[in-house]
Amino acid sequence: MIEKVIFYVFAAILLGAAILVITARNPVHSALSLVLVFFTSAALWLLAEAEFLGIALVLVYVGAVMVLFLFVVMMLDINTAVLREGFARYLPLGALVGVVMVLQMLLVLGSGEVDLAGLGSEAAAGTTGNNVRLIGSVLYTVYVYPFELAAMVLLLAIIAAIMLTHRRRGGTKHQNINSQVRTRKEDRLRMVNMPSERRNDS
Amino acid sequence: MLALSDYLVLSALLFSIGMAGIFLNRKNAIVLLMSIELILLAVNFNFIAFSHFLGDIHGQVFVFFILTVAAAESAIGLAILVVLFRNRDTINVGDLDSMKG
Repeated sequence: MIEKVIFYVFAAILLGAAILVITARNPVHSALSLVLVFFTSAALWLLAEAEFLGIALVLVYVGAVMVLFLFVVMMLDINTAVLREGFARYLPLGALVGVVMVLQMLLVLGSGEVDLAGLGSEAAAGTTGNNVRLIGSVLYTVYVYPFELAAMVLLLAIIAAIMLTHRRRGGTKHQNINSQVRTRKEDRLRMVNMPSERRNDS
Repeated sequence: MLALSDYLVLSALLFSIGMAGIFLNRKNAIVLLMSIELILLAVNFNFIAFSHFLGDIHGQVFVFFILTVAAAESAIGLAILVVLFRNRDTINVGDLDSMKG
């Protein structure tokens, strides 16, 4: 019973914050609402006994990704009035698409084809116990190759983000290997032809 | 006792809010990225719910990989946004018409 109350309270907060994300006038408010969305999602994932992922969501998303979002939002000097124009015009269309999608999904869930009640009755046979140990025992054995690929994806993201945003400032001193290698003798060495001079002291 | 359908309905609502966000904020690239994050979160909700109710840990491993890819995606997306703002002084998606698409 208390589980149900917690679920519905957090679900209400989650949906309210999600609506605030897409309707807020100021992008900073959107980003902060998204932080609230991730926090409540982490709480709901804890309720579903996915402890490791709940903590990972807080650490990775609230700690890293949302800070990045806030950093970019505050760094860019955005004229929100221009970006908001057309909001009221697209509101009916957006609301219509959202409602239609919800109805479609509820139609699928509500039809007798999907036996949801049968799934829920045999609750959590294999996921009881230490959640982190369970994930680790699968992640480093069955999924070790995808795990390394995920590491490569993160490395790629680091390199791509740095290469995209990095720019050379004028006035810094650095080696240019190409020009060093391409140098020829004529560029550096000057042969001077001059007559020898008599030494005066002898 | 919570049922699987509770989680699935919540995830469907979250997905639709993200989808509506893409329609509503079609000029603001930052809020577009945030809407994509909402949609990915809804997908993760489905994986977690099914993992919980089927008693299968593999769904949670998939959520782990989705989180990884989503973090990489938003990092590169924001980097592109910064470069875009540096070059064009705007993040309005409507102004990005230099390719005449």
